Amino acid sequence: MFKKALSSPYIHNPPFSTRGMMFRVILALLPAAAAYAWLFGWGVVVNMLLATGVALLCEAIMLALRGRPLQPAITDGSAILTALLLAFALPPLAPWWLTTIGVAFAIVVAKHLYGGLGFNPFNPAIIGYVVLLVSFPRELTLWLLPAQLAEHTLDPAATLGYVFGATLPSGLTIDALTAATPLDAMKTQLGLGHTTSEIMANHPVFGLVGGKGWIWIDLLLLAGGVWLIYRRVINWHIPVATLGSLFAISSLFFVLDPQHSPSPLFHLFSGAAILGAFFIATDPVTAATSNLGRLWYGAGIGVLIYVIRSWGGFPDGVAFAVLLMNMAAPTIDHYTKPRVYGHDGSGDA
Amino acid sequence: MRLWSFHGGIEVPGHKEISTTRPVEPAPLPKRLILPLSQHLGAPAEPLVAEGEEVLKGQMIASPAGFVSAPLHASSSGKVVAIGEHPVPHPSGLSAPCITIETDGEERWVEREQRDFRQLEPAEIRETVRQAGIVGLGGAGFPAFIKLNPGRTIKTLILNGAECEPYITSDDMLMRERPEQILRGLLIIRRAVQARRCIIAVEDNKPEAERSLRQALGSMKEDADDIEIVTIPARYPAGGEKQLIRVVTGQEVPSGGLPVQVGVVCHNVSTAVAVYRAVELGEPLISRYVTITGGAVAEPRNLEVLIGTPVEELLQLCGTDPGAVQEVIMGGPMMGISLASLGVPLVKTGNCLLAVGRGEIEHPEVMPCIRCGNCAEACPMSLLPQQMYWHARAKDFDRLREYDLFDCIECGCCAYVCPSNIPLVHYYRFAKSEIRARQEQKRKADIARERHELREQRLAREKAERAARHARKRPGPSDESKKAAIQAALERARAGKQGAAQDDV
Repeated sequence: MFKKALSSPYIHNPPFSTRGMMFRVILALLPAAAAYAWLFGWGVVVNMLLATGVALLCEAIMLALRGRPLQPAITDGSAILTALLLAFALPPLAPWWLTTIGVAFAIVVAKHLYGGLGFNPFNPAIIGYVVLLVSFPRELTLWLLPAQLAEHTLDPAATLGYVFGATLPSGLTIDALTAATPLDAMKTQLGLGHTTSEIMANHPVFGLVGGKGWIWIDLLLLAGGVWLIYRRVINWHIPVATLGSLFAISSLFFVLDPQHSPSPLFHLFSGAAILGAFFIATDPVTAATSNLGRLWYGAGIGVLIYVIRSWGGFPDGVAFAVLLMNMAAPTIDHYTKPRVYGHDGSGDA
Repeated sequence: MRLWSFHGGIEVPGHKEISTTRPVEPAPLPKRLILPLSQHLGAPAEPLVAEGEEVLKGQMIASPAGFVSAPLHASSSGKVVAIGEHPVPHPSGLSAPCITIETDGEERWVEREQRDFRQLEPAEIRETVRQAGIVGLGGAGFPAFIKLNPGRTIKTLILNGAECEPYITSDDMLMRERPEQILRGLLIIRRAVQARRCIIAVEDNKPEAERSLRQALGSMKEDADDIEIVTIPARYPAGGEKQLIRVVTGQEVPSGGLPVQVGVVCHNVSTAVAVYRAVELGEPLISRYVTITGGAVAEPRNLEVLIGTPVEELLQLCGTDPGAVQEVIMGGPMMGISLASLGVPLVKTGNCLLAVGRGEIEHPEVMPCIRCGNCAEACPMSLLPQQMYWHARAKDFDRLREYDLFDCIECGCCAYVCPSNIPLVHYYRFAKSEIRARQEQKRKADIARERHELREQRLAREKAERAARHARKRPGPSDESKKAAIQAALERARAGKQGAAQDDV
């Protein structure tokens, strides 16, 4: 007689769709991406476009190989978001193969081999990044100097020349363009026995709080993240717990030994702390799901970031911290089940 | 009065104003009344009449089969023309046994006994309610007399006038138009359950209903003490029994338990009216207020409808364009059932007919679950719908029970807020019925195994007994008798040989 719905409820009105969620996150990321490009040049733009293209291509190929329809998956925005997040973590001047390998691994292995959107236990962007970090550590530390410090900048053509042809305009070497990241510099110099105040004063990459110029990117990421919370795309629990625990543990060590421990603000505004807290750790697929669980999950990430930065082998710890907590998420979920109506507090029926 | 809140819930556009503009009128008498034998939870009623028999309005035509069951009455006078399968409002769209009456238009009543409830003992009230075929009119259809027999001390009697589902306004109109009957029913129920404190809970989006109830309460001459009319915040599903009890008393009904365990009994306002009419007017449950609304209905309104009236006629009465109908739902859009055919009758629990216009309800594309947790935030039972969904997909029924699947009230909040449009409740219904089927299967298998084991035991016992009998008849060979037997055989053989030798000669 007429098309019959499956069963109740027949009406449906989420605040936004899954697609809408993805594109809101992308939107919140764009101002910071623009600042990133403004600060570090055209390479950032090339990275992001290349990563997006590769991600969509891999997504399409994998859908075809898995015998799934192209729609709605290809336009759900998740592949683009993965690409942008990964590009955000790459050096501003990365050779094309680096970006391609990272994104392809993220989409093909970390996402689709686990079953596609919603089924992946680990954040694909982080997996892509970590694969690059452990495979090509040198390429991932070649960070451009921010525009204020750089003596030379590359125009779009020269950028493309380096990304796709590995050639630089005559007279320029990659060493002249790049420097250690603030976190890297801090770690190395602390290892050489310098105090934090000496390091901050003597090295040009440091600004008032963290790396020079980085503060703007972080502030825009912060603004984007707060907007996402305000629009209820993400919950406050994970970002607040992540940054809160990072702040707390770094404060503790800062108070105990300020000469050899960077300040809490340095930790918050360096590396991928803000990006990770608002845009990566909040990926609902791989995070803990209850609000209490999210607090534990975020707190774990914050502490692990500090531990890896301070005593680990890598300058930044966000990627590994998130991956480790991805692994812990099911366990956290298990122990943070809310009390069901009509059940007593002991947790079981 | 202090109110509590329940976890989750959703704000849903009410669409209620469209059906409350006209006063309620009785629907015209239909030519045929189709009365399903099962309009309640429990065993279907058993027919008391035969085809061709004349029946009176209000005459019992089917009697309850067992304790959890309800009788059925002729909604009007006429002739029984059929007893047999007819399509009924059921999610499966299947047919079920019905008694069909051709009405004679005379509306001849059975004899009705008018009584004052104050002269009745609680047990008499309960029996009257039972004989009147009254079931919970809020939607569940549980035989009402059972909830009048709490067997425990009742602290609070709650009348549920929340009516939290969108579109439905039948309770609203009843509260506006018949507040005295509601209060009278409340007093009767109070007497039956021996409660003191009474609360009528109304959502704050029904100010007119509230006003009218307050007026009626104000003009009540006796027994008005300890009755409170409470407005509660409109938030779906505040009218769910468990949620309402939580909001009004702060208590939670134990999982798998009943409200009486926390000293509460909860009845719908429509049920209260039915109780009043049964006890004081001697009328069984043969009609109810029904909201006929939706985008395909030209004149949405409420009608007082005889139970058994075909849905099709009711829709026509309100100017429904059959071509514009996408779907007809009995009940609300959150928990109602989609009708497979419009020939089905209106049943006792049918508070609303929602004729959805084309395009009014979308069936958006289903995307993968991204574990966003919106569902868990919306769940009024504090369940984890998302985890239940994954386990239902995996048919991991043991885990589902760990996640308290059977506490799910199927309110639909989770599916309403799901950004991936996953029909979550559908999965839970599937899992529940699957688990029940397996339990039933297991129960049967257990019985079969037990029987088999008993049979084996019996056979073994019989065999042993037979053996014992044999042994008694022919005592087993002892050592001496064995020797004697051997001796005898030897002698026989010797004799035989001799005999043979003699023969040879």
